[in-house]
Amino acid sequence: MWKNLPLFPDQASSIAYQVDGLYAFLVVVSAFFTVLIFALVFLFAVKYRKAAHPKPQQIEGSLPLELTWTLIPLGISMIFFAWGALIYFQEARPPRGAMEIYGVGKQWMWKFEHETGQREINSLHVPLGRDIRVILSSQDVIHSFYVPAFRVKADALPGRYTSTWFRPTKVGTYHLFCAEYCGTEHSGMIGEVVVMEPAAYQSWLAAGGASATMASNGKELFTQLGCATCHRSDTQGRGPNLAGLFGKSVQLSDGRIVKVDENYVRESIVNPQAKVVAGFQPIMPTFQGQVTEESLGALVSYVKSLSQPQQNAQGGGPLQTAAASTSN
Amino acid sequence: MATAVQATVERENYLNHDYSLKSWLLTRDHKRIAILYLISITAMFFVGGFFAMLIRLELLTPAGDLVSSDTYNKLFTMHGIVMVFFFLIPSVPAVIGNFVIPLMVGARDLAFPRINLLSWYLYMIGATFALVSMIWGGVDTGWTFYTPFSSSYSNTHVVGSALGIFITGFSSIFTGLNFIVTIHRMRAPGLTWSRLPLFCWSNYAASLIMVLGTPVIAITLLLVALERLFHIGVFNPALGGDPILFQHLFWFYSHPAVYIMILPGMGVISEVVTCFSRKRVFGYEFVALASIAIAVLGFLVWAHHMFVAGISVYAALVFSLLSYLVAIPSAVKVFNWTATLYKGSVRYDTPMLYAFGFIGLFTIGGLTGVFLASLGIDVHVTDTYFVVAHFHYVMVGGMVLAYLAGLHFWWPKMTGKLYPEGWAKLSALLVFVGFNLTFFPQFIVGYLGMPRRYHAYPPEFQVLNVLSTAGASVLAVGYVLPMIYFMWSLRYGEDAGPNPWHAVGLEWMTPSPPPTHNFDETPVVTWEAYDYEHQAEIDEEVAVGH
Amino acid sequence: MATSDIEIAEHNLQHHFADMDQQRETSTFGMWLFLVTEIMFFGGLFCAYLVYRATYYRAFVEGSQTMNIWLGATNTAALICSSLTMALGVRCAQTDNRKLMTILLIVTMLFGLVFLGIKAIEYHEHWTHHQFPGPNFSFPEAEANGVNPQNVQIYFSLYWAMTGLHALHMIIGVGLVLWITIAGARGLYSADYYAPVENVGLYWHFVDLVWIYLFPLLYLISKKHSG
Repeated sequence: MWKNLPLFPDQASSIAYQVDGLYAFLVVVSAFFTVLIFALVFLFAVKYRKAAHPKPQQIEGSLPLELTWTLIPLGISMIFFAWGALIYFQEARPPRGAMEIYGVGKQWMWKFEHETGQREINSLHVPLGRDIRVILSSQDVIHSFYVPAFRVKADALPGRYTSTWFRPTKVGTYHLFCAEYCGTEHSGMIGEVVVMEPAAYQSWLAAGGASATMASNGKELFTQLGCATCHRSDTQGRGPNLAGLFGKSVQLSDGRIVKVDENYVRESIVNPQAKVVAGFQPIMPTFQGQVTEESLGALVSYVKSLSQPQQNAQGGGPLQTAAASTSN
Repeated sequence: MATAVQATVERENYLNHDYSLKSWLLTRDHKRIAILYLISITAMFFVGGFFAMLIRLELLTPAGDLVSSDTYNKLFTMHGIVMVFFFLIPSVPAVIGNFVIPLMVGARDLAFPRINLLSWYLYMIGATFALVSMIWGGVDTGWTFYTPFSSSYSNTHVVGSALGIFITGFSSIFTGLNFIVTIHRMRAPGLTWSRLPLFCWSNYAASLIMVLGTPVIAITLLLVALERLFHIGVFNPALGGDPILFQHLFWFYSHPAVYIMILPGMGVISEVVTCFSRKRVFGYEFVALASIAIAVLGFLVWAHHMFVAGISVYAALVFSLLSYLVAIPSAVKVFNWTATLYKGSVRYDTPMLYAFGFIGLFTIGGLTGVFLASLGIDVHVTDTYFVVAHFHYVMVGGMVLAYLAGLHFWWPKMTGKLYPEGWAKLSALLVFVGFNLTFFPQFIVGYLGMPRRYHAYPPEFQVLNVLSTAGASVLAVGYVLPMIYFMWSLRYGEDAGPNPWHAVGLEWMTPSPPPTHNFDETPVVTWEAYDYEHQAEIDEEVAVGH
Repeated sequence: MATSDIEIAEHNLQHHFADMDQQRETSTFGMWLFLVTEIMFFGGLFCAYLVYRATYYRAFVEGSQTMNIWLGATNTAALICSSLTMALGVRCAQTDNRKLMTILLIVTMLFGLVFLGIKAIEYHEHWTHHQFPGPNFSFPEAEANGVNPQNVQIYFSLYWAMTGLHALHMIIGVGLVLWITIAGARGLYSADYYAPVENVGLYWHFVDLVWIYLFPLLYLISKKHSG
């Protein structure tokens, strides 16, 4: 594309082609209807101008015509809807086994942490061809993680996790923007996403100087903060056993069933009284104010690791929570 | 035609029957209130336009070098607040609607004249709060006031601005209430719903939204103010609140609000297209019901502003589907107006030129809305200049053009004077060309990825931004010219007579300017809307009736 | 002074209406429409209430335990009775019973003032117990009952906002009733012209109805739990 006047962003992710395909279709259909209306208006305005057509013909309307130009746009709209929805579904469901990177937005920078422990500020290195899921949160106000070349965007909210995923398909360096107005340096909250060949990415990781993985940081915090006291690896703890728990559904004391996902784990740390597992007392103290976003990420990463066979620090097979009715 | 001969002694009309300031400030005459609104919103338009000019000047270069970041953030916030709440929402209803609706239904005034005056005072008080907040330092939250930034982080005059909008909101509610009751209860004998001018139908639909939606933003802004003042925690996650709740409450009004900002304009277009094609509108019932459909469906689509905000996939699907449905009635209207031109007898007077512009530009704006309704596309382009271009196409290319069309159409009725047609046509052309040059490049730079509300941007976006700013300067000239020639026409314009356009409609059967009491006798309506075929008979009937 | 009903009516006919019927119907329609906007206005608060009650149910239970059900019930009874006297007062306007109308409207106002007085007492209680949101908020019972005091603060924020907005409407209502009481006592209304009385009545009933919703939602969330 022309360097000074690009008209189209890079296509650097697996979904970008699909988004552009739908866009092209929309452009063509819209151009058709736009040209049609412009042409008809122009044509009628000239052909039936006063000088050429002094006596107007009064036409009340036409039901067949009304139905036609209601139902055809409706039909076309449904195609747009379905196509767009299909793309959105894909964007909402990261594939299993996706590499996870935690991203924290804060006024006015992006902080990323790879599960292997590498931290980055305002840049994000990712390997080509891997599915990558970015788990987002904010330390202060709402931000939005936007990589135009990937065609992905997701708001980063304070107090909650959101996520998005992509599979980079082209090596290169691409813009990262904050796309939700967040104060003074909103337009300065930009960075770059660097897509590297897998080998180059491994070298980069190795050279990163990360001392510990997020999960092991989490495990340390888990002990330091005293979580292990109640969340024991047997059924005697005052809190549920967390081994194998992530990803399952649990029943709460009020009868609701919730899935143990990142947001549930996070909420349980900062507002434990909100959703208490059935059979347990609401005695867990809140850690709000005592844990940073990074610590939360580490703890979440640790709890996740207790459900992954190869990283299961507790060892052993599936373990129960105190409530009997859990299954995914 | 009714009275063809102008009296040599100036006839009593609503403008000359009392020149004192008190008679203006305590008026109950809907026509005078319309003029008061005309002056106020024109002033606010130029305030908002001034902010726009600074924004476009800043965006000439990639670096943020004209104003500081904080100032820039205040500029786009205040541009949005002023244009949305203090210009677009009142524009056609409060200026043209107030003036013309009682005349169109054959009434002597709106149902509640004192509430109408109160409505203007509330507007002025709200505008004062907003302007004072701006002068004292401004507000930088974006017109959307997203929390927790607005409720806990911004250091600017959020409460003052929110209060200004809150108060002006009641102005809007009372205007809508007045219109609804007037159209229900004050129609002249014989004026059934199916004979009502489409301008009334459109304003009725917009009034439904004003009345039902505005209270919600009022309470939402009140909660933001309470949060700022008392830290109640309702929107601040650090205190257990939910910032997404704010977004739902905010958009529950602000989406229907955009239909307040287009329906009255569509009403103007219906009047203008019929008059200048000398024909009844094609598919009257469909256009009328389409207005109601837009109002109803408009309340069901708010979360399409939140597709990437963290709502569930299923919610997103529902709102996307509904957003497609709301586009259909607008499309139906465009087709009906186009069909009205078919086999008409088309004149190229200025109001009609603006109407042509509206049909074209609203089509583009509306179709790009369809892009945004598509989930896959929206993820990429939401919060970028694509959205900015979309809403300027519908609000400026649509509503502002319609407002200008309406001003030109009813100016002779309101003032008794004709504006200079040559200058008016030139302005229309400048507006059309300037507008497209300003906003079309923004679709491109938006899809490229340029986010909104960016003070500085990567260099590859510069050429498109320069084109946009160039267009804005042409557009500005197009806006300033009417100011000048309208003022000129008040003194030097040709006398208009009661019906310079030979239009069909009750408002054209009174003198220009109308007398304070509008009609000497209540008219009795026996004709369908836009009955140009039987215009001669109608004129005779009305003349005989007098 | 002894003006007939017709003369009163004609005197009050506004210039833009064809007859009193049109004027009365129009003004009543306007009031109903205004009340619809009021529903939407309170609606935003009710929406926030529903969302947070669902999210923090136990905190809301704890918060509502501090409400005095007897005072709340008395207030509810007072408002219901005031609506009765108001409705009867409107009937008196319709039947030109000026003396009884004045009495009934005064009783209506008294009920309204009782409501506001009790509300003031309740507010004072909550205030002195630091149950007002902000930096001085404290809710020591939270920890013992296993809820987050921050979430209880949200309950109280909504309590103060909703009842405060309602109380503001009550004050306006009492003012409106005072106005029509005085005007009515001076003989300004008649069987042919009583629209202001009717419309104030509508407004009064609406404000009463809002309280009928507020009382159970804020005061009666759950029976007192044990432990």
